[in-house]
Amino acid sequence: MDWFASGGRREGREASRPRAGDVARADVPTCRLDERRADLAARVRAAGWSQCVVVDDDRVVLGLLEGEALDGGAATAADAMREGPTTIRPHVTLDDTVKSLAAHRREQVLVTTSDGRLVGLLRRADAERRLSTAA
Amino acid sequence: MTMAREITREDVRRLLDEGAYLVEVLPADEYEREHIAGAVSIPLARLGREASRLPRDRAIVVYCYDYQ
Repeated sequence: MDWFASGGRREGREASRPRAGDVARADVPTCRLDERRADLAARVRAAGWSQCVVVDDDRVVLGLLEGEALDGGAATAADAMREGPTTIRPHVTLDDTVKSLAAHRREQVLVTTSDGRLVGLLRRADAERRLSTAA
Repeated sequence: MTMAREITREDVRRLLDEGAYLVEVLPADEYEREHIAGAVSIPLARLGREASRLPRDRAIVVYCYDYQ
């Protein structure tokens, strides 16, 4: 039933361990498939980001735009996005999240519910900082 | 008596709001580690023996692993 991934409350010895959903940045910019890439790049940069998550009307993740793809010559977000970005669920512990990111040499990952809705973007540095303060 | 059926997350929320009795049937150490808020622990191996103490006047939601 995937209760925890949907934000359901938990109890028990390990219930207070920090989770991916706790540090995911919910303010990561989002856009639609048909948004003009040039307009999008300007909006994302103005907000201080270098990534944009492409979502549908239900905030289900469709793709990710970042780096050269964001600033390239593609006409729309759909043309420029990377489809099927890696995602994790919000209930995954930060310990496991950091280990996984380190093992795959990744600095960030998208956090989504089990039905693919965007929770936010988790930065490895944020997770490591949270773990160091919790220790 | 109503037969058991599989239900969705939304069904669980609604039933809990209505006062359903929530039972986790995983081993006790799993329950101690983490469980859904408000659940009671009746490990599957004991469920048959302890069924008589389950309430008869409300819905009973039984679950095992949460993770997909």
